[in-house]
This record gives sequence, C-alpha cells and structure tokens, in this order.
Amino acid sequence: MKRTPLYEAHVKLNAKIVSFHDYLMPLQYDSIINEHLCVRKNAGLFDISHMGRLDVTGEKALSFIHYVITNDASRLSDNQVLYTPICNEQGGIIDDILVYRWKQRHFTLVVNCANLEKDLLWLQKQAVNYHPLEIIDLTEAISLIALQGPSACQMLENTLDFKFNNLKRFYFDDFLWNGNELTISRTGYTAEDGFEIFVDANQALSLWNLLLDKNKHTGLKPVGLGARDTLRLEGCLLLYGNDMDETITPLETTIGWTVKFDKGNFVGRECLLKQREKGIDRKMVGFEMIERGIPRHGYPVLKGDEVIGKVTSGSFSPSTNKNIGLCLIQSQYAKIGEELQIQIRDNTYKARIVKTPFYSRIKR
Amino acid sequence: MNIPNELLYTKTHEWVKKISPKVVVMGITDYAQQQLKDIVFVELPQTGKELKLGAPCAVVESVKAAYDIYSPLSGKVVEINKKIQEKPQLVNEDPYGEGWFLQIEISNPDEFKNLLNPVQYRVICEAEH
Repeated sequence: MKRTPLYEAHVKLNAKIVSFHDYLMPLQYDSIINEHLCVRKNAGLFDISHMGRLDVTGEKALSFIHYVITNDASRLSDNQVLYTPICNEQGGIIDDILVYRWKQRHFTLVVNCANLEKDLLWLQKQAVNYHPLEIIDLTEAISLIALQGPSACQMLENTLDFKFNNLKRFYFDDFLWNGNELTISRTGYTAEDGFEIFVDANQALSLWNLLLDKNKHTGLKPVGLGARDTLRLEGCLLLYGNDMDETITPLETTIGWTVKFDKGNFVGRECLLKQREKGIDRKMVGFEMIERGIPRHGYPVLKGDEVIGKVTSGSFSPSTNKNIGLCLIQSQYAKIGEELQIQIRDNTYKARIVKTPFYSRIKR
Repeated sequence: MNIPNELLYTKTHEWVKKISPKVVVMGITDYAQQQLKDIVFVELPQTGKELKLGAPCAVVESVKAAYDIYSPLSGKVVEINKKIQEKPQLVNEDPYGEGWFLQIEISNPDEFKNLLNPVQYRVICEAEH
C-alpha cells in the first residue's frame, strides 16, 4: 500500500483510513455529512495526491494530445485546463482527465489513480507517430492538495499572500512560495469554486499544515474521500469506474459535450460518429428517490417488470436532503419527469428522472 | 464507549434487553453507531416476521454503504421503531434509547446463553478498535 506525504497528518487528525486502489487515504475525519456541508458553506481541504500526474513534452505534444482526447485541445491557450475523456478505438472511455497546457510543447495530464498505469501504456502506444515525445510519471514527486468551497479564494489569499481574483476558472499559474514553485489551478471536483495546488512532495506537509492553521478559525476543515464522492455526485461530475468504463461511450453519459467531431481526427472518432448517426441505445440520467431508500452503484433500474438499466452512482445527498443517483438506462425512458423503480435488496422503490446537476453553486 | 451494565450483547454489535418474560427489545450498540457514523437510512422487517438467531433482520445505511443487522435471538417481530425510519440519526444520537430497532417475542430462551455480558462485549470492542 502506498501512502501520500500527508498520510501521517491524516492519522493525527483522527481520520478513518481506507485503502483506495493503491493508496491508504482518509475516508472521513469527522462525519461525511459535516465535511460535505462545510465545503458547501465555507471550505474544505483535500489530499488528492493519489491522482496520477503525467508530464508530456515534445515538439508534437499538442497534436498528440489533440489526437488522443475527444475534446478540442487546439482551443486551449497557455495556462488553460481542459476536461476530456480519452477513448479507445470503439469509443469506450479509457479515462477522464484534465489536460493542463503549459506551452504548445508541454502538457500535464491529471488522471485517475486506478488508471495511471493503463493510461501510461495506452498513451505510449498512441505516441508512435508523434516522436520525439516524452511522457513522465510525476505522481510521487509532486503532491496535490485541493482547497474547495465559497471561501477558498479568500483563504488561499490569506495563506499565501497572492491575489487569485485574476485566476479564472479552468486556468492555472505558477507561484513562488518559500522558494518553492507551486502550480495552482482554479479547478475542482466539488461543484464549488476552488483550487488544486501542485506542490513538491517534500513541501506538501508544510503547505497542508499552514493552510489548516491559518484558516482554522474561519472554519476550514480537512475533508475525506467520502464527502468528495457526495460533493461530486451532487454536481453531476462523473466518477471513473462507477459512471464510466471502457464499455461506455461519452455520448451515452452526461459528458457528450466533450466529444468534438469537428476538430479533425482522434482516437474513437469513427465509432463515436457512427453511434451519433445511429442514435444511442442507452443514456445516463439523474434521478431522485420518491420512496425511501438509498440507491447504490449496480442496483437494477426497472420500468414495470422490465429491467431497463443500472444505477451507476447513488447516495444520500446532504445538500438537498434527498436520495439521488445517476443511472444508465434504455434511451426511450430517459426523459425528465419519467418515473422508474430502483431495486434495493428485495424490493423496488419509486424514483423520478430529474434535471442535473442536483446542486449548483451560487455564483458570486 | 458506552456499554450499559443492564444489557446483553452480540459479537456483531447488537444489544438486547428483556422487557417481559417473553419479549426483548434490541438495537445496535454505541460502538456500532460510532463506527458507522452518519446513519441516513434504516430498513426494518414487518411486524410478524419470524427471525432466526444470527440471520440478517434489518439494514442500516451510512452515507457510504449499507450494513446488515443480525437477529440476536430467534422469535417473532412484535413491534418496530417507526421513528428511526423517519429520523435515522436517532440511532446515532441515542442508540440505547430512542434509537431502538425491534421488539422480539422470543421462541427459544436457551439462546440467551449465546449472548455476551458487558465485560465480554467490551473485550470484543477493544480488540476491534
């Protein structure tokens, strides 16, 4: 089992530790509900150093990235971030990632922890026509800390003495802190304003402690993976392995907008184009429970006696006080307002398809 | 960790209290609710259901997952606590009081010998902790 440089800090903070793929990570420090609501109202601090980071450099780096992702890398300016799936030839999702463009010849990819090795092999295989190209795994050298919530900007400014007002959403920049370089992006996985901070692994603990110390009195709390999951679900941000895998295409999910057919050739384009022309057989939608019961990943979705799909993610939603979920079902039923049943253990319970996201932040 | 002296316990963290010669009330222990944290859903059997010693008789769900609760004794469900279905957090707040689960009319008093006394139960909790 791997530990992030913040592992000891989590243990000291009394975290309940769980194994998450290769890593021992904090599930919760206090209560998932309290941590969740703290991020919605104020701010929370997350160790997300388990996320994979790959550095891509080379003369043809831009055209390589453009080819392996479904979204349009050519629209990125320097210091901009793009969310995108990587698909296989069949259009199945290999991973969903963030692409950071430093320069035309230099990108950083933030990938899912469980997919790091798979992605690395896949990218190396795709790189043959784009050499010289170097892909380096920076995951263990650099830690990643997220500060998320409506107070995140103010807290970060208080702590680091920089101004972040000019750092727009989905942009990033370098900052010098105690002689160390920090890369800070205005991104996150909580449906709130917030930042993700790349820091040298040997500086991660001091930055983590400094952020907590300076902002304790204004309510900053450490937040574990439990609340990270409920926060992302309310924002309808998909989770790889639950809502996406290699048998599901982006067009079937809620991230069809990330497939840009007009951008030129890319891996999976042919199959995805066919699927778009033919129409999709199944579609991902959000639902809320009408009757009592908590939907969970894998539970069957029914219409009458017929199984029409599966729950991909589900939970109690602390912000709305409802039980919510995402499901992948036959397209004909994927209409807002449609009533479905979710099978929970031996019984079925009524649910209704609703608009997503389940929660949107108040923009200030 | 609160382990009241007047109750009996199971290895799977249920508590039992005799309230009449044939009827017991049961719930989950303080230790169990602390481990589960935020309980957001409780599923109870219907009254009249026959329960077997050690078989699942209810489900509690935290934000993260669902957990089975096991019947401490064999018998018939004579009363369920509807209040914890409406307000599952009662199980966190008052596991031995308002957070009770079921009343069971027991069918085999011999099974009491399988239950743990508070001292034995404390040993189990400390070993798990």
